[in-house]
Order: sequence, then structure tokens, then C-alpha cells
Amino acid sequence: MLHIYCPHCGESRDEEEFHPAGQAHIERPKDPDACTDKEWGEFLYFRRNPRGVHHELWVHAAGCRKFFNMTRNTQTYEIKEVYKLGEQPSVVAE
Amino acid sequence: MSDAMLNEQVEATKGKMVMNQIPADIVGESPLHHADLETLASRGQDQGGVHLKEKSLQGLLILRAKPDEAQMAEIESVLGVALPTTPLTSVEMAGGKGDVSVRWVSPDEWFIVVPATVAFQLESDFQTSVSGHYSLVNVSSGYTILQLSGDNVVDVLKKSTPIDVHPSVFPVGKVVSSVFAKSGAMMLRRIGDNAFELIIRRSFADYIWLWLQDASMEYGLVIEA
Amino acid sequence: MAQQTNNETRRLSAGGRIDRSKPITFTFNDKQYKGYEGDTLASALLANGVDIIGRSFKYSRPRGIVAAGAEEPNAIMQLGATEATQIPNVRATQQALYDGLVCKVTNGWPNVDNDLMGWVGKLGGKMMPPGFYYKTFMYPKSMWETYESYIRKAAGLGRSPKENDPDRYDNMNQHCDVLVVGGGPAGLMAALTAARGGARVILADEQNEFGGSLLSSKESIGNKPATEWVDDVVTELARFDNVQLLTHATVNGYHDHNFLTIHQHLTDQSFDKAPNGKICQRLHRVRAKWVVLATGAHERPLVYGNNDVPGCMVANAVSTYIQRYGVVPGKDLVLMTTNDNAYRAALDWHDAGHNVVAIVDTRKNSKGTLVEAARERGMTVMLGSGVVDVQGSKRVTSVSIAKLNEAGDQVEGSVIEVKADTVASSGGWSPVIHLSCHTGSRPVWSDEVVGFLPGPSQQQQLTAGAMNGAYSTAAALEQGMNAGQSALEKLAMKMADVSVPETETLDEAEPMALFHIPHPKPTHKAPKQFVDLQNDVTAAGIELACREGFESIEHVKRYTAMGFGTDQGKLGNINGMAIAAKYLKQSIPETGTTIFRPNYTPVTFGAIAGRDCGELFEPKRYTAMHQWHMEHGAKFEDVGQWKRPWYYPKAGETMQEALNRECLATRESVGILDASTLGKIDIQGKDAREFLGRVYTNAWAKLAVGKCRYGLMCGEDGMVFDDGVTSCLAENHFLMTTTTGGAAHVLSWLELYHQTEWPELEVYFTSVTDHWATMTISGPNSRRLLETLTDGDVSKESMSFMDWRAMTVAGVPARVFRISFTGELSFEINVQANYGMHVWKALFEQGKQFNLTPYGTETMHILRAEKGFIIAGQDTDGSVHPFDLGMPWAVSMQKPFSFIGKRGMQREDCVRKDRKQLVGLKTTDPSVVLPEGAQGVFDPKASIPMPMVGHVSSSYWSANLGRSVAMGFVKGGHDKMGQKVYYPLVDGRVVEAEICSPVFLDPKGERQNV
Repeated sequence: MLHIYCPHCGESRDEEEFHPAGQAHIERPKDPDACTDKEWGEFLYFRRNPRGVHHELWVHAAGCRKFFNMTRNTQTYEIKEVYKLGEQPSVVAE
Repeated sequence: MSDAMLNEQVEATKGKMVMNQIPADIVGESPLHHADLETLASRGQDQGGVHLKEKSLQGLLILRAKPDEAQMAEIESVLGVALPTTPLTSVEMAGGKGDVSVRWVSPDEWFIVVPATVAFQLESDFQTSVSGHYSLVNVSSGYTILQLSGDNVVDVLKKSTPIDVHPSVFPVGKVVSSVFAKSGAMMLRRIGDNAFELIIRRSFADYIWLWLQDASMEYGLVIEA
Repeated sequence: MAQQTNNETRRLSAGGRIDRSKPITFTFNDKQYKGYEGDTLASALLANGVDIIGRSFKYSRPRGIVAAGAEEPNAIMQLGATEATQIPNVRATQQALYDGLVCKVTNGWPNVDNDLMGWVGKLGGKMMPPGFYYKTFMYPKSMWETYESYIRKAAGLGRSPKENDPDRYDNMNQHCDVLVVGGGPAGLMAALTAARGGARVILADEQNEFGGSLLSSKESIGNKPATEWVDDVVTELARFDNVQLLTHATVNGYHDHNFLTIHQHLTDQSFDKAPNGKICQRLHRVRAKWVVLATGAHERPLVYGNNDVPGCMVANAVSTYIQRYGVVPGKDLVLMTTNDNAYRAALDWHDAGHNVVAIVDTRKNSKGTLVEAARERGMTVMLGSGVVDVQGSKRVTSVSIAKLNEAGDQVEGSVIEVKADTVASSGGWSPVIHLSCHTGSRPVWSDEVVGFLPGPSQQQQLTAGAMNGAYSTAAALEQGMNAGQSALEKLAMKMADVSVPETETLDEAEPMALFHIPHPKPTHKAPKQFVDLQNDVTAAGIELACREGFESIEHVKRYTAMGFGTDQGKLGNINGMAIAAKYLKQSIPETGTTIFRPNYTPVTFGAIAGRDCGELFEPKRYTAMHQWHMEHGAKFEDVGQWKRPWYYPKAGETMQEALNRECLATRESVGILDASTLGKIDIQGKDAREFLGRVYTNAWAKLAVGKCRYGLMCGEDGMVFDDGVTSCLAENHFLMTTTTGGAAHVLSWLELYHQTEWPELEVYFTSVTDHWATMTISGPNSRRLLETLTDGDVSKESMSFMDWRAMTVAGVPARVFRISFTGELSFEINVQANYGMHVWKALFEQGKQFNLTPYGTETMHILRAEKGFIIAGQDTDGSVHPFDLGMPWAVSMQKPFSFIGKRGMQREDCVRKDRKQLVGLKTTDPSVVLPEGAQGVFDPKASIPMPMVGHVSSSYWSANLGRSVAMGFVKGGHDKMGQKVYYPLVDGRVVEAEICSPVFLDPKGERQNV
């Protein structure tokens, strides 16, 4: 069970307080109506599934209810860092 | 309240509506009304490692805001205390405008407890005195407050929540939102060496009441009126 | 009536850590025996001369106790005095003896002493050759089912109780700076160091007291007996507020981010059934900043012929039974060893006054301190020799010994036979690295240690003592202290004031790396040489696996079942790898490594479940009026975690009769529904309106104060996931309602978009679901009823359909919404939940004159289905968009912002003409109610598989219409009004239905506009 540092609460909590919310840094197209079906399909459905470092969006569901980003190794489960929305990771997935 | 009154209020409130939600002469039923804690307190055991008291029918409000200095000062003047801005802390003050306590919930959220009759006044004062973007919502009936104390209170909490309540990391005044047993929303605050306040959602109150009775069975549970 | 046996033939008159003033009576296989407080079940059985404690898994050979701890492979018991208190798979070596303990052997059908299946074993075990599992899994499933019942019966995997366990199990969350696993010399020293440094420490040990190997040792530490040193350390540790000492507590699993589970035995070590309120077993869920693994080592038995005959034990277990329990488990001992350390067993045996027949040392030379001590006592030491096999069936009777060559892989010269009843063997020690493996760390072979050591770990993990191959007490103490200091340093705490106490130093000769004792005959013709006693894996079986081409040790394990199940290879894995390596003519590390998985020893389901059982299995959420519903006989339906009234049967009514009555009463006069469970979200801010426009499919820009509007919520794919009515409380203030089940998701959805995509919008969301009690009065008399209780003007002129007003109801300030889910004149009354019951009761008081009838969710479903209103989650399934639902009126494509779902529902696939579309279904026979979920076809005579065109999503008997009503999906259904669709059912019937509008009642909506 992961032990996750919440960047808003400022301490580590058990995984059961959190929910994962998919890949991080997926931005909604500014003008969806201008997207082709292919572009919209890619935004909607296509995600990375790396064995290794991955950027994920999580929410502190039972705590402060804030979303934040996490860089996590999907193989070792090591959490490299957590960072707030709008911030960029210092450890970057390949 | 008549429609005319309603309309006045809507106009007076910069696009937000507040209403006094409490009747003058009707006693409300707290979420644990059915448990009849008063009878249990008078007839139950008076020795045990865990003491439980429902602090029922309080005025409970959730404030959302990202205050700048000016708004911060306005809020402080209304509340009588400054909003705690350090994560996981709380402030409380007795007297003055009445007992008030404020818990940090998230960087833009606070949970406020005042006497039931003060809630509407507070909402109205916010409307007249606090500028800018915020939201203050009366949730008095949505939660109830349990006070837990005793030599084994920490043991019961360890059975119930993954939060580390050791005094070195959970001093008096600290507040956290977390899970409690299988219920998803609760707020826990230390109010003494062996005393905690638990704020729970109304609809989960019976489950948590059953859980607490069960978890404290081996230590003995004393109900306080 | 149990037979009384009092035959403690093997108990010494003094010595050990048992309390001879506290005798205990227990029952094993229906016979009564005596033991003492401080005994384990195993030590008491040995004291009573019980040789056979089970039959083996495959060959059904008699088996005895081999070890003294968690590594015991044979003595697996079924515990419990009553059916309800049965616990399977309890190791006798780990179970404390208590008065009244009742146990039976797990293996051994039909009985241990005279087993029919034993003949199978003696005939050579042809019934289940190695590879049985592997080959069986490769055959069709039907074969496996045939085998399974046979295997289960014969294998004795233990059985669960058929009655509810009366005991209480629970979970406890723990946090610490340092968790020390194992209370032997290394663990005690690590805990003492960390505690003195001020750390929060948990020390856990699986035994009933701390001390580990020191409890059966005659060494001295700090110039006093080792056990006194243990007592002093434990006493000091107990004085620290920040130290938790857990005994009978097995650290069973080591998971990610230093999360460990400790399975602690509490009252089950003293009672068959706990005194009321007491916890039987507890699972500690520990989050440790640092973990010190000081789990020690298990002695490896040597592999030789017939090494499973009762009387064959590991050497160190012999010492433990003598030193700790005052039990000498035989009369005449042969010790076989590859190292000096095991000489202790012979010394202890001799010093207890029993006969050591011979010490068989596989090495050519040995002159260590313990070896000399044995010689001084006049024992026969046979160097360069091995025990090639033993004779006997229910107990060892004689032992065959032969000279070995230098490498130890061939017998040289003739075999001599000596009389003996016990063979203690030691092939050295295997570090207990199980926990470090649990997190995925691969162990590393060490030639120096002759064993696997813990590999590099992702965890905040330190190791100390014998699990590092540091087998001397001095080294264990030092490593323990260093681990403690190291943990303090990593925690940025001050070093502790502690030093390693003095110990005796022994001269020790090099051990020999030998695992498998050769036999004069080749392995496959020699008497069975067991590697894994629990799974009946032999040296010959491993060689067979290699011969069949299974060269990876992982494959060998699966072929032979070595290390399977509750055993997890504690005694046998290294020997098995060594035998495979020898056969394949490669080194052990070349053969592979070994991995151990959680749990280290079996854990009861009770301890895992904790208190999440029975009444507390799942939270039940209640509304403020729940008590009333119960008092009025409601049947309840689970909606998420909520308990909602389903229907309110009167005496003698069937469910359908109750529903008919509730439906008719509502449409004819007035009914009332507790709608408090609907999700409610307070939305405030100057951009609230804009936000609503982005998350709902329809327009919100012009909704006036005092008005309500229905909205659909879609995902980015354009598919509907929730719906509800949102009301404008004030210009910048709205109240959104959601479905009961969707409330949490919708709030999180709003927060997600606000936090990630549109943080610039000034809006806040607050859940008020639990704050408001909501009661819906519906029916032609609902206004008249409300008028009796309110100060507000609820007339048609003053309060139109889809208006809301603030007023008092029964004296309580309320928000009243004139919205309708039944198609009738309806008012939804919201008051603070603390006053919900007051208002509800007042409505019934006044409602008598109107025959006010409470209705539940089922009547609500029927009434809305008569009107063709959808239920999100029932008539949607994540694959339908608003147009599929026939609700284009709820979508505004003209909104300036491209709302969530707009782009998605315009994809090529979403505008197909033949999409499944929601329509009404009118059965040709009005009395037939279509089953929900039934699949429709256009041509009932088509050949199977018939092309399916959509399913029935809602279907009910309508008492108001005197016929069935249904909604469902039909491909291109919106253009097929009046056409027929057919539903072939599992019972052979084919139901014909006409595609129609889903609005069956009052299509013009006149009833709600009165």
C-alpha cells in the first residue's frame, strides 16, 4: 500500500485516502469543435502505459480533496515526487 | 418567511441567498437521536477506557475562499478569530461573539463550528462585511460532532483510522480529514492529551456509532450526556 | 469420551522454561494428554511420546515433528473444541498449550497410526508422481475437477468451520520509526539501541517470549546467562513509552513503502473461545519509517534416505526441546552435521543424561571448541561420514552410516548400521530472508554463508544477525546495535549510548557445503530422500524434473510443488536448488534464485477481515426519517450505501399489491417519498452559471432566480453519466441535485474540472446532501396538503411548475421546489435534516384527510416509467448520449463554450442512424411484463445467433394503465415507431412488443401543470 505525500496537507498518508485519476498533464483542447475525430479520440482515449517512470494525476479524496501530480515508477512503486497542478515535474519520464 | 422577505434577502446579498433555517420553538433531532445517548449516559456504565459524548445540534459551516489580506481581515473581524492558514491546524476562541472554532480543511476550505443559533447571524455578517469571492454554506444538519476521550481513546482510533495520532506528530489542535473505518469522510481533531473531536457525516453516524461501541468493547465505553 | 493418557515419558524432571506447577490437560486426536504452562503443543506432544502427528501429503507416510518453530513442515493441526471454533493449518510448534486445547491432525485420512493410503506410499508412490500438478494443469479442466476432490481429501489442507466463528478478530493501524522484526539477540539489540535513541519502536516476535535462539542456549552475555540478559533488555524496553512489545506476533507480509502486517495471536494462545469482548487475533497494519529485519535463520536438515521417518529432526530443534521445554525427544541419538554449531544438540542430549550413539561429521577434520567438548565427554565422532539412510516406519529404529569421499558426493566403503531412535541433522543454516523477498527484492547467493542473503531493497530496510549469515551471538549483537544506530542516523536522531555486551568466543572450524547425502544406490533407486516434507518432494523427483527438461528452478518448483502452500520452502528450498544444481552440473546461483511470497505463515481470514464483518461489513447510510420507515414496515433497497424504502407493504400484501396501491394512491390523491438521498451540491460564485453551462448539456445563462431546470451531464465522450435538477437560489448561487449513487462522483467531477481546466472561474462547490432532508409530495392533492402546513403561497399563479420558493412548512424554514418525477403536481420540501422527522410527521398528521400514502423507490420507478422519464444508471450505461435517449431538448448546441460532451457526441460513431435508441415498448399482450435486460430481435425466426438490436432497460406493471410499460434500446428505434420487436426469453417464450413513445401517461404533461 502506497504512502503518499500530499503537497497540500504537507504530510504522508495511506493510499486509502487517495484516488488515482489517470495520466497527468492531459489538457482539454482549447477548441474542441476544431478537433478532428482522430485528434479528439487521441485526447479522449490514448494514454501511456510505461513500465517505469510515469506522471499521474491523483486526488486526496478523503483528505483535502485537492488534485495533484505524482511521478511514480510503475515497476518499483517508488514515488519520485509529488507536485501541484500547474507545476512541472523535476524528474521527467522518458 | 414570506416571499417578500426572501426577495429582500436575495437582493441584499450580492447574488447569494441566506436564510435562517432554524425554527424558533422546535427541537431538532441530531443524527444520533435514535441512539438515545442521554438514557445510555444515565443508565450505562460509568467506568471504562473510552468516553463518548455527542456535541449535538451545533452551528456548522463550510467556508471556501482564497483570501487576500483585505478579505482575511474582513473574515477575522466577522469570526472573531483569524483563519488558520497553516495546514492541519485549528483555532478556537470562547466568549466574545460566542464560542467559535475553525478547522483548516484544505488551502481554500475551513470548517467552522459555532452555537446553532449563531450560524445564521454569521452567514448574514459575511454577506454584509466580507467582499470578494467566497462561499459560506450552512451544513449544521449534515454532520455531528463526537467527543472521544479516555485512556484507550488512542487504541480505538488506531482500530478505526490510518492516521498516526502519536502526540509527537498529532499535537492538541491538529486536525485531519481522513477515513474512519469504511466511511469516507471524517475530521479528527485533538482537543486534549487523551481527547479527540470527531466530525462525521449525518448519514454515516449510525455506522460509526456501532463501530465505536464495537471497537471500545474491550476497554469499556462510557456515554456522557 | 476421550481416553486419559498420562505418559510424559520424555520430560526431564527439571530444567526448561515451563512451569511444572501449572499442569495442563489437552486433547490430541481424541486422546487426553498432559503438559505444562510454557509448553507449545509440539513440545507437549513430544513429551508424551507422540511420534506420529500426521501422514504425508502424497505418499501418506507417517510423519513426526521435525522442527521447533515456524519452519515445521509436518505438525500442521486442525484446532478447536467446537465446530464454530475450528482453525485450520495451525503449526503445533507455534501454538501455546492451554487447558482444554483440542486438536486433530490435518493430514492422515483415515487415521495417523493405521492409514490405508500408507500402502500407496509403500508401493512407491506411483499414484501421484512428481509433475502431477504440472501435468494435471495442462490437461482439460474436467480432469482437474476429478483430481481435486481426491487431492483435497488426501492432502488434508485443513477445513474451515461450518458455523460462525464466535471469536472477535480485529485490525489495528500502527506507526513507528523503527519496526524490529525478530526478538533474538540481533533484534533485541537493535530495539534497545533505537529505543535508547528516542525512536518510536515496535518489536515483534512470533514466539511467546523474546530471546529467540538465546532461550535454548547455555551461553553467557555480559557475564550472565543469556536468558538473564534477555530479561534485562526486555525489562528496559518495557519502560519506554514509545516502545511496543508484541509477542506471538508474526510479521507476515512486507509490502510497498514499508507497510507491514503483523499477525498477532492473543486469546487463541490461552482459550478455545475468548472471554467476551476480548480479541482473539489481531492484524497490525504497520507503517514503519525504518524496518530492521532480524529474522534469524532456519537450520537446514540434510537430505538422506528415509529422512522423513519420525525421529528425524533438525539438530537445533533437539536443543530447543531439551533446553526450553525439558523434553528429550528420544533415547539414542545420532547427530549428522556439516558444521560445529550442531554439536550443541549432542552436548545437550548427553548432558540431559541420554545416550549419544554417534556424531557423524561429513567433514574430514574438525577441532572446534564444541567438537572438543564432545570428545571430552567421550562421544564417538565419526569424521568424513554421513547417514545414508534410516530404518523404521513409525519411528527410527536403526541408522546406516558410511564413509563419504572428499567432495561428499559419493559413498566410500561399507555401510555400518547402529541402533538409534533419533537422528538430528544439520546442513548449516538458511537465513530467513522471506520478508525481504516480499517486496520484490531478489536474494543473492553467498558461498561464504552457504545460503541466500537479502538482496538490494527498494524499502527503508536494514538487516541484522543470522539473516545476514552472522551466526555467532557476538556478531548478531553487534549487527543489531549497528542497525539500530543506522536507523537513528537515517531518522536524523542522536546516536544511542549503547555498547555490545561481552560474549564467549568459540573456535569454529569451516562448515562444509553439503546438502544431499549420497547413497550407495543411485538417487532414483535409493530409499526416498525427502527435500520438502510438506509437499512430499524427493531428491529423485527433482532429478526427474531436470531430466524432463525443467532446468529453471522456477519450473522445477512448479513441476514438483516444492515450496508450495503454507510451507513456502522454509526447510527445503535451498536443498532442492542444490540438488538441481548438482544434477545440472552448475552452481546454485546459476540454477536460479528463490523467492518467497506473503504470507510467511498462514493467516486466518478472520484476522484479515478484522471487524469489517457482520453488522459492520459495510457502512449503512440512513436518512433523518429512517426510524419512521422502519416503524411503518418499509422494505429497504440498497442504493449505493444508502438504505432507501423500497415499498411499504401492509399486512398480507404481496409486493405487487403494495406497489399497485402506492401507485394508485399517488395518482389519485397524494403520495410521499423520502428523497433525502439525492446528491445535493451548493454552488456559489460569480462564474457559477458559466460553470453549469460547461458541465451540463443545456443552457443556464438565462435561468432566473426562483427557477429550476433539469440537466444532463455527459463525459467528454458525449455519454450521459448523471442527471438532475439545478435551481437558481440567487444570481450567483445554485443548488444542484444529482442521482443518489452519483453524488460523490459528480462532486469530484466538478472539482476535477475546476481544479485542472478552469481554475480561473470563480465558483465553489460544497456538498449539502446530508444537510437537507428532502420529502416529495406528489399527486393531485399535494398542493392542498402543503397548504395546510405552510405560510407560503403555493398557488398555481404564484408558484409555477419548475419554480422554487422559501417558506415555512410545519413551522420549519424550508425550500420548496415545484418539480416532478412522477408527472403529477409535486412539491419537493427541503428542510434541515435535524427537523426532517418533525416535518415528515406533520405531513402525515395533516395527510390523513388525503389518504397520504408513503411510497418507496419501486413505486417511484413505476411512476416515472409511465411518464418515460429516464433513470441515469438504469436507462443509461455509459454508451448512450442525449440523442440516443431521445432528449435533444436537453442539449444546446448553440452555447458559446464547447460544453463537456459536445464534441464527443458529434463523433462519426455517435451520429450513426442505426445507434441503439431509447424507445417505449408496448407488449402486444398487455399482461406480459418484459424482463429487464431481455435482448430484442427484429426477426424471431432468424437462426441462432440472432442479431440482437437492444435490451429492455426499464419494465414494470402499471396499475394506473392496467398494462405493462417498458423502455428499452432498439437499433434505429426512433425511426421505427409502430414496428414490432421480439424478445426471445430463456423459458422459450417470445414476447412481441410495439415500438412506441416512452411516454405512456399524460403525454401533454397536463397533470403536473395544474
